[in-house]
Amino acid sequence: MVTGRGMDDFLIRALMAALGIAAIAGPLGSFVVWRRMAYFGDTLSHSALLGLTLGFLLGVDPTVGIVGICAVVALILALGQRQSVLASDTLLGILSHGALSLGLVSLAFMETMRVDLIGYLLGDVLSVTWNDVTVVYVGGACILAILIWLWRPLLAITVHEDLARVEGVPVRRVQIAFMMIIAVTIAIAMKVVGVLLITSLLIIPAAAARSLSRTPEQMAVIAGLVGMLAVLGGLAGSFQWDLPSGPAIVTAAGLLFVVSIAGRWLAPR
Amino acid sequence: MPLLPAGARGAMTDPLIECHGVTVRRGGEAVLDNVGIAVMPGEMVSLIGPNGAGKTLLLRVLLGLLRAEEGRIASRPGLRIGYMPQKLELDATLPLTVRRFLSLGGAVAAGQRAGVLEEVGISALADRPMRALSGGETQRVLFARALLRNPDLLVLDEPAQGLDIHGQDELMALIEETRRRRECGILMVSHDLHVVMAATDRVVCLNHHICCTGHPTDVEIDPSYVALFGERAAGHLAAYRHHHDHVHGLDGEVVGAGGAHGHDHHQGHDHHHAHNHGHGARDG
Repeated sequence: MVTGRGMDDFLIRALMAALGIAAIAGPLGSFVVWRRMAYFGDTLSHSALLGLTLGFLLGVDPTVGIVGICAVVALILALGQRQSVLASDTLLGILSHGALSLGLVSLAFMETMRVDLIGYLLGDVLSVTWNDVTVVYVGGACILAILIWLWRPLLAITVHEDLARVEGVPVRRVQIAFMMIIAVTIAIAMKVVGVLLITSLLIIPAAAARSLSRTPEQMAVIAGLVGMLAVLGGLAGSFQWDLPSGPAIVTAAGLLFVVSIAGRWLAPR
Repeated sequence: MPLLPAGARGAMTDPLIECHGVTVRRGGEAVLDNVGIAVMPGEMVSLIGPNGAGKTLLLRVLLGLLRAEEGRIASRPGLRIGYMPQKLELDATLPLTVRRFLSLGGAVAAGQRAGVLEEVGISALADRPMRALSGGETQRVLFARALLRNPDLLVLDEPAQGLDIHGQDELMALIEETRRRRECGILMVSHDLHVVMAATDRVVCLNHHICCTGHPTDVEIDPSYVALFGERAAGHLAAYRHHHDHVHGLDGEVVGAGGAHGHDHHQGHDHHHAHNHGHGARDG
């Protein structure tokens, strides 16, 4: 389907992993967009590299290290929002770039650990293993299940937090659960698009889906489909012209976004 | 004394919600200083005060959204509160119809929703996107969401904010009518006594502490109210009050066509000064 050379095994794995991640990223990303948390997602994903080295140091699975460090950063941010000395975008900027630099520095110190740095920064979907694919689907299924379970309260606090609280929504617990599923998503998406580009896979398909949707649920599903379309296009380009896979997928998503905007402008009102 | 319409739910003597000695500090300054307030069943209490006086803060404390450093809050067991927040800031990317917005407060039977939409006069808006609504329509949708909870107590934060005078009058009439029909208590924040005056049983004037409280016609001539809102507000009222004399046209635009609107309720208004100068309105 992609080329005449036939579907190689690694390409099937790459497609499956990336499609799975796009399917999760669409609905989750819709909430990131509605809740204006794009920079928050960036900050979490930038700290993933630090989680990687931490996991290595502690001798645990890198995914565990990444989820752990993302959870810590998310909690620091949640607490930081209660103080008024620093604006939250300043705090996000400090944590985001601080964590990324710390991750790069700690990687440089670890002489015994040979990592494909570019692969972690920009993603290397063509190197995913069947084990990775399993993690994407099992993890993804859990994330989607939790998201569906959180759907109404999360939507309620997105629309108006105080109102939701008065109406009995356990706001803080819902917020923390949402942050945690973003952290897990970042951990499992890292291999596909890399820490620098994860947020774009969350927000670009959701932004592209906006003009096509009339309900929140429609937007979530369409965002997933747009992301999957971007994966197909990006991987095809990557395979055809030997492009880096992560940036190719994000570029394809960006093109779809432009098309959606153009379609909106051209559509008769 | 608060006016208690017959048939209000629950025990007549127990307040729906009350607080005592509530103090909240920000940067060492007490933004709420030893504040106490209570709403009785079926009573309409208006909380007025200038911008930054702590009105919304007090609501947040009462609603349990904010913890006060000192003070005690008590509400009747099982109290159902319908809350109407001051503002709704929806992200432009969130596609949401009125119907869907109303369902976010909890599962709603279609029949009940239709009834409330009718009650609030927005039946035609059910399928409209929230972002396509005008200010007045948005306020009514927020009001409908509060009503869907079948509240014993409505807490309304500046419900008439951002509406023109006509819209304010309409919304206040709707609120008054709702109270009569549903016999619920109402606690309403406003920065403008005139807007809430006609429908209110009791006004609480707040400026970090409680300045004065009482019937609207008492509060408006209370020295602390005049001090807080300035002579201009007081002069305004004087102009209103003497409207029928055709003598004291202090402020031309006020005395003009719209001036008498909403103030027909004040029987015997010509005698207010003589009556009230002595005792003020500090009945606690």
